[in-house]
Amino acid sequence: MKGRGLYAYAVGYLVFLYAPVLLLPLFAFNDSTVIAFPLQGFTTRWFADLAGIKALHDAVLNSLMIAVSTAILATCLGVFAARASARFAFPGKKGIMGLIMLPLVLPEIIVAVSLLVVLLQLGINLGAWTVILGHVLLCTPFAIAILNAAFLALDESMEEASLDLGETRWSTFRLITLPLVMPGIISSLLISFTISLDEFIIAFFLTGNEPTLPVYLWSQLRFPQKIPIVMALGTIMLVLSLLLLSLAEYSRRRGVARTGRKDSGGFL
Amino acid sequence: MASIAERFGRWKRSEGARGLTLVSPPFLYAALMLAGPLAFVVLLSFWTQDYLTIQRELSLSNYITAWTEPLYRVLMLRSLTISVAVTLVTVLLAFPIAYYVSFYVRPERKALWIFLITIPFWTSYLLRVFLWKVILGYNGVLNTGLLGLGLIDEPLTFILYNANAVVITLAHAWAPFAILPIFVSLEKIDRSLLEAGRDLGEGYLATFWRVTLPLAMPGVVAAVLIVFIPTIGDYVTPALVGGPDGRMIANMIQIQFMKLNNMPLGAALSLSAMFIVGSVALVFLFLNRRFLKVRQ
Repeated sequence: MKGRGLYAYAVGYLVFLYAPVLLLPLFAFNDSTVIAFPLQGFTTRWFADLAGIKALHDAVLNSLMIAVSTAILATCLGVFAARASARFAFPGKKGIMGLIMLPLVLPEIIVAVSLLVVLLQLGINLGAWTVILGHVLLCTPFAIAILNAAFLALDESMEEASLDLGETRWSTFRLITLPLVMPGIISSLLISFTISLDEFIIAFFLTGNEPTLPVYLWSQLRFPQKIPIVMALGTIMLVLSLLLLSLAEYSRRRGVARTGRKDSGGFL
Repeated sequence: MASIAERFGRWKRSEGARGLTLVSPPFLYAALMLAGPLAFVVLLSFWTQDYLTIQRELSLSNYITAWTEPLYRVLMLRSLTISVAVTLVTVLLAFPIAYYVSFYVRPERKALWIFLITIPFWTSYLLRVFLWKVILGYNGVLNTGLLGLGLIDEPLTFILYNANAVVITLAHAWAPFAILPIFVSLEKIDRSLLEAGRDLGEGYLATFWRVTLPLAMPGVVAAVLIVFIPTIGDYVTPALVGGPDGRMIANMIQIQFMKLNNMPLGAALSLSAMFIVGSVALVFLFLNRRFLKVRQ
């Protein structure tokens, strides 16, 4: 049967998708500095080693600070844009939304390079906050895509009812609209946070001498003896991002349930 | 007759004005941080670097270098070839998956499948690429596995530190970005059209070819563009698994900006790459225009 052939292909494809990810914990617990088969036995020393690296801790803190700021800023900008695009027709809508969504299709290196030259030309020192500038640009389109769905699902008559009953536009937004789109906002915060935390190219160009976590990882990949520690770190990051992701998916589904729609797939 | 102030007051309450006001913060941000800097890069590409100082007379010399010097031409052509190969491989591999999930998976389990497909891509991109190096290497997982099974006598060497490795790794990295748009367009197809096709005497294949595929083309076109355009700017994959023969234009752009300190040439290279990708994308859109006009 045709369906069975496709099923076998689908399973094979999932193996291809998961192959690198499954290797990560395997080598993180492997008792050898060489990343190759056969495995040499179980150890947790790479995880213990992680605790003693100051540069790594700084990079993690730096990345967390950048990711949190990016998530908040990108989601705020996303709320404005998604609300405007879902609810209003305005002159130049296509062009304006096109520009805001452009980073979605633009190669990241172009975004990085163009911000870098302007910052250098203005004589601004690179640092964490210049990375935030770039990451907000990159994450806002993702936030808009998620929030757009949330705003489109909103029943306008609820807002009209609130206005008719004497609430102002702002109090209507705060009391009716915001609670209804809250699951979308949470999932937008989590997705932006995850993207920023993992982003390399923009951070690589704009970070100056305070590396983010991916930039730090990049510098460590050159030293073979550091690789097992990197694998241990990667495993921790994998578990954390799975947790965050499940949280985002849970909150998205709750949002879908709240507005009474049919579930139609993931958040991308 | 309404005074100007009155008219302005009315306009301020109109839908258009409220929409514009709302959209202005993200729009201003994108204008300041994206449109402005991009315009500056265009200007910069016409300046020239003279050791430590930048000459601000406009000249085409960077573009002449970028388009005539063999080193840059080789890199540019290779980037384009790799991007095309990555796009082809990714979309061809992705289509059956999207088709399977849309047509054969029970509706209540579709979300789970999509979730399963997207999970691996929320782990560190750097580490995913690095792990492909571990898989494809001389003593890598694939070679030890195949040797162990007795399928090959000596390790395969054509799969790491060359363009093949870049294509495999990027086909993996972009998989969900190809699967999702195709899946969405397949989901939109009215299933009764397929029944009609078969009732009218078409076989499975003919129905697929003449009904399903044309209707799925908007998703395929979106997948092609989403994969193709950013691939040309990928830096990490060619640097980690590409070896000397798999380097791409982004690696050269990085060197110009951060090592050789020749920003104008770097800008010209970036814009040339964007121009090439943009033209290929437009030609592709033009060739597929008849599929995109169909309203579903």
